[in-house]
Amino acid sequence: MNEKIVKLPFVENLLNLAVLALLALLCAFPIVHTLALSFSSATAAGSGRVTIWPVEFTTQSYQFVLANPAFLRSFGVSLLRVLVGTPINMLMTILVAYPLSRSNSEFRARNFFAWFFLITVLFSGGLIPWYMVIRQTGLIDSFWALIIPGALPVLNVILLANSFRSIPKELEEAAAMDGAGHWTILFRVLLPLSLPILATLTLFVAVGHWNAWFDGLILMNSPDKYPLQSYLQTVVVNPDPRMITERDLALLQIISNRTTRAAQIFIAMIPILVIYPLLQRYFITGIKLGSVKG
Amino acid sequence: MSARRGFWRELPLYVMLAPAVVLVLVYAYGPMVGLVMAFQRVLPGKGIFGSPWVGGENFAFVLQMPTFLQVLRNTIFIAGLKAVAGVVVPVTVALMLNNVTGRLFKRTVQTIIYLPHFLSWIILAGIFVDILSPSDGVVNRMLGLAGIQPIFFLGNDKIFPWTMVATDVWKSFGFGTIVYLAALTDIDPTLYEAAVMDGATRWQQTWHITLPGISSTIIMLSTLSLGNILNAGFDQIFNLYSPLVYRTGDIIDTLVYRTGILHNQYGVATAVGLFKSVVSLLLIGIAYKLAAKWADYRIF
Repeated sequence: MNEKIVKLPFVENLLNLAVLALLALLCAFPIVHTLALSFSSATAAGSGRVTIWPVEFTTQSYQFVLANPAFLRSFGVSLLRVLVGTPINMLMTILVAYPLSRSNSEFRARNFFAWFFLITVLFSGGLIPWYMVIRQTGLIDSFWALIIPGALPVLNVILLANSFRSIPKELEEAAAMDGAGHWTILFRVLLPLSLPILATLTLFVAVGHWNAWFDGLILMNSPDKYPLQSYLQTVVVNPDPRMITERDLALLQIISNRTTRAAQIFIAMIPILVIYPLLQRYFITGIKLGSVKG
Repeated sequence: MSARRGFWRELPLYVMLAPAVVLVLVYAYGPMVGLVMAFQRVLPGKGIFGSPWVGGENFAFVLQMPTFLQVLRNTIFIAGLKAVAGVVVPVTVALMLNNVTGRLFKRTVQTIIYLPHFLSWIILAGIFVDILSPSDGVVNRMLGLAGIQPIFFLGNDKIFPWTMVATDVWKSFGFGTIVYLAALTDIDPTLYEAAVMDGATRWQQTWHITLPGISSTIIMLSTLSLGNILNAGFDQIFNLYSPLVYRTGDIIDTLVYRTGILHNQYGVATAVGLFKSVVSLLLIGIAYKLAAKWADYRIF
C-alpha cells in the first residue's frame, strides 16, 4: 500500500502515538501488577506498596501454591483436558467439515446436514435442559463431561468447510481420476493444504479448553475433579469455605491471601503466555477467514 | 448416475458425519426437547416424563417476579452499551494504528492489546477484584494520590454496569481491531494516491477514504451484534457480581443459574431460558437478514 506518502502532522502524530502507548500500558498494567504482587512479601502487599515491581522480593507464595496438592491436581486435570479434548474436537471438526464442503450434486443431503448443525448455533435448550441431559447420560462427575458434550465446535466447522471450498477443485478432480475416494481426498489432498487454518483452529480450541471453567464447576461434584479454572473460581474469585483446608488456614496466616491469589492467577496464565507467540502468528489468518470473508 | 451408485459414493460422507450427528442429537437437540420442562412442575427424580404439566404457570410466575423486568432491563442495558463500545473503540484504535508509520511500535502495541482476549474471565476477575478493591486496590490507591475518594467499582450498584462495560472493553477492544485492520488492507491504494494528488491531508484521507472503506465491515458487525442483545456476558458478571449489585447487575443468565442450579426450580429457570432462546433466535434472524441486505453477508 502506498498511502504512507502523506504522514500525520508532527503534533498529531505524537498525540496518536502517545494515546496508543497509553492504551498498551493500560492493557499491560493489571497483568504486570499481578506478577509484581505474586513476588512481593505479604506485608508489602498488605500495606499497598506494590505497583509494578515486586517489593521485598520473595517466592514464598509460589512455594505455597506449588506445594498445594489441590492446585496441582486441578492443573493436571486442565492439562489432560487440553491434551485429550483438542484432538477430539479437531477430528470431529474435520470429519464434519468435509461432507459440508461438498457440492449439492456430490452430496445430496448436504443442505439438510448444514442446517442440522447450524440450528444448534442459532437456538439452544438453555442451561437447565443441557444440565439435565448431561446428568441423564451419566456424565456428571466424570472427566468426559468436559470433553464429550462440546466435542463439535460448529463455528469451527463452518470456517474449515469454507476453507476446503476455497481449494481449487482441479486438485481433487485429479486425485479422483487416480481412483482416490473421499477419505483419500480429505486426508491426502485437502488437509495438507489446510495446515494454517488447522493450526489456527487447534490453538483456539486448546485455549478454549484451558480457559473453560463453568462446565467443570457445575458438572463435577467433587472438587478434586475440577479443572484449574473451576478450582480458581472457588478459591480465588468466589472463595468457598469448604475448599479451604486446615493446612491452608494455618499457612495463610503467614502468607497473605493476596499474594497467593496473585501467584495462582499468574500460574494459570503461563500456558497462554507460552503459546501466545504462536497464537499471534496464526489468529490474524483465522479472523480474516472468520469474520470478514464469511 | 443411478441412485444406487450415488448412495455408495456418498456412503463415506455419512460415515464421517455419523459420530457428530449422534453427539449433536443428544447434547444439542436433547436439551431442546428438554425445553418442555418450561411447561412442567419438575419433580426431583421424575424427569421430563413423569412430571406434571402446568401449562403457562412457570411463565406467569416469572412475569410476576418483582425482579424479572429489572433483570431484563439490566441485560439489555449492559449488552447494548457493550455492543456500542465494542464497535466504536476498536474502529477508533484501528484507525489510529493505521496512522502509525513505525512498524516496531505498531507491532508492540498490537501484541500487548491482543493478549487480554485470550485470558479467561476467571483470571481477569481475580485480577480486577484485587486492583479495583476500595480499601487496598491499586486503582483506588492511584485515584487517592489524585485526591479522589475511593470508588467501590464492584460494590456500588450505580457504578457496577459501567465497570462491566469498561472491563469488557479492556478485554476485547484490542482483538476487535483485527477485523478492521484486515478490512483496511482491502482498500484500493489508488484512492489514496488520487487523494494525495488532490492535496488531501492525512486526516482527510482517514475521513474520506479509510472510514468509508471499512464502513461495510462496521455495518455488518454492528448488525450482527444485535443477536447478542440478551447476552450481557455471563462469564464476566457471574465472577464479578455480588448481592450488593443485583439491582443493576443481575442479568438473565445469572438469574437462570441461581433459580435453576442453586435453588432447583428447574421449571421456572427453563421458562426464563426458553424466553431468552426464542427472543435471541428472532433477533439473530433479523440481524442476519439486515446484514445480508446492507453488507452482503453470508455465513456459508
